[in-house]
Amino acid sequence: MMDSSVKIINEWDIVAARQLGRNVAKELGFGTVDQARITTAISELARNIYLYAGQGEITIEKVENGAKKGMTIVSRDEGPGIPDLRKVMEDGFSTSGGLGAGLPGVKRLMDEFSIESTPGEGTLIQSVKWLR
Amino acid sequence: MNFRDTMLDEYKEILKTYINDQTEQALYMSQKFSRKSIEYKISPEEMISLHKTSIMELEPELSESLLLSLDILLEVMMSYGLAYREHQSLRTIQRELINEIEVAASMQQTLLGTQIPRIPSMDIGAISVPAKQMSGDYYHFVSHENGAISVAIADIIGKGIPAALCMSMIKYSMDSMPEDSQAPGDVLERLNRVVEQNVDPTMFITMFSGLYNPETHIFSYSSAGHEPGFFYHADTGVFDEMQAKGLLLGVDKKTKYKEYEQKVEVGDIILLMSDGVTECRTEEGFLEVDTLIGYIKKYIHLDAQDIADKVYKELEYLQDFQLRDDFTLIILKRTS
Ligand SMILES: Nc1ncnc2c1ncn2[C@@H]1O[C@H](COP(=O)(O)OP(=O)(O)O)[C@@H](O)[C@H]1O
Ligand SMILES: [Mg+2]
Repeated sequence: MMDSSVKIINEWDIVAARQLGRNVAKELGFGTVDQARITTAISELARNIYLYAGQGEITIEKVENGAKKGMTIVSRDEGPGIPDLRKVMEDGFSTSGGLGAGLPGVKRLMDEFSIESTPGEGTLIQSVKWLR
Repeated sequence: MNFRDTMLDEYKEILKTYINDQTEQALYMSQKFSRKSIEYKISPEEMISLHKTSIMELEPELSESLLLSLDILLEVMMSYGLAYREHQSLRTIQRELINEIEVAASMQQTLLGTQIPRIPSMDIGAISVPAKQMSGDYYHFVSHENGAISVAIADIIGKGIPAALCMSMIKYSMDSMPEDSQAPGDVLERLNRVVEQNVDPTMFITMFSGLYNPETHIFSYSSAGHEPGFFYHADTGVFDEMQAKGLLLGVDKKTKYKEYEQKVEVGDIILLMSDGVTECRTEEGFLEVDTLIGYIKKYIHLDAQDIADKVYKELEYLQDFQLRDDFTLIILKRTS
């Protein structure tokens, strides 16, 4: 059984998280375009942990919902949290402004997206990609 | 049939044609293809994948390294895809904002609407055209119970939405002005206090306030730093600037406004305007006062509203139909 979590402490862990995500995506039968979308989303989430929370964890899980199959990316950290979620989810807010990346980008790349964050306690982001 | 279902075949066909004999025709087809793929929201990374699939089917012998290179291209195109999608969503938001501003602008027009008074001795006309959607100019008439008529014209230094919001406040204060404070100096002093208390210190308002008494035919007026009006003497054909001194509204709450008086004879005309009229710019520079007076003279025999409309048309033409500032012109012509 493959390890389904990657601790994010330094920048190389981002690559490990991507690798884990890619393996699971391939296994499930995602095409190359979706594989690239999933790994890009993982990159963004892991990078945010690395940059803003210092450390945290990316967990990849397979999910099934009736006939639907897919995978979940969970990003969890106990960092400073995000005070204004509404702002952060606005297009054009990311410091990378205009590149379309960041959390709104993750939301677009995936099929489902939810975020919880408490200042001082940390951030939990869950997102799902369904196999078509 | 959906484009998504046929695009692989279409793309393969284009690719095959081009690989066989490099025609401009094939290149043109691919341009048409890309328009369609954008229309159907095919992302850049999907395009790379489509390309890879097509070339693998057309050329099974293709070198492994070339195919692998397409994986890198796909990964690189991911960010372009994201930027593109963000752009699309920002465009939708922009369109929504424009719609909202349009609604606000038409609401402003209703909100700021004022009735031009009809009285026997004075023919009155007015035109006000915003440079952008929301106007920072404002004019207002009041017909008093004793038959006198108040006229006010204001210009907010600053344009667009903040100016428009500020305007609504002025309008509200004017509407709630007591009947007994008709004197132009009083009107300005009251408004000055309102503006000083409620408006951002970086926003200033110029205003001209006038009162016409149809019994004495005296026009009294005060100005808070507003563009001077013109007075046309029918007997001599001379235009005088109606100079009036006074500080802008909102600078100092203790400001007093001096009142001036002008006797109006039959045929005389009072012209009030915002700086959008005098600072109307053409290729040769600012509009000369003489040019403006020239236009007014040209139409002076017409009704007040026609004079206002015609002068506006002339200045609009002069500026190649591109207003740089909100434009307001009020004409009061004594007829009897
Ligand atoms: N895991 C996190 N912990 C704390 N703050 C975060 C986290 N993820 C994102 N943020 C905050 O949200 C902002 C927006 O993030 P994101 O959309 O990824 O754009 P970017 O990283 O380019 O600024 C970041 O600038 C950061 O302030
Ligand atoms: Mg980020």
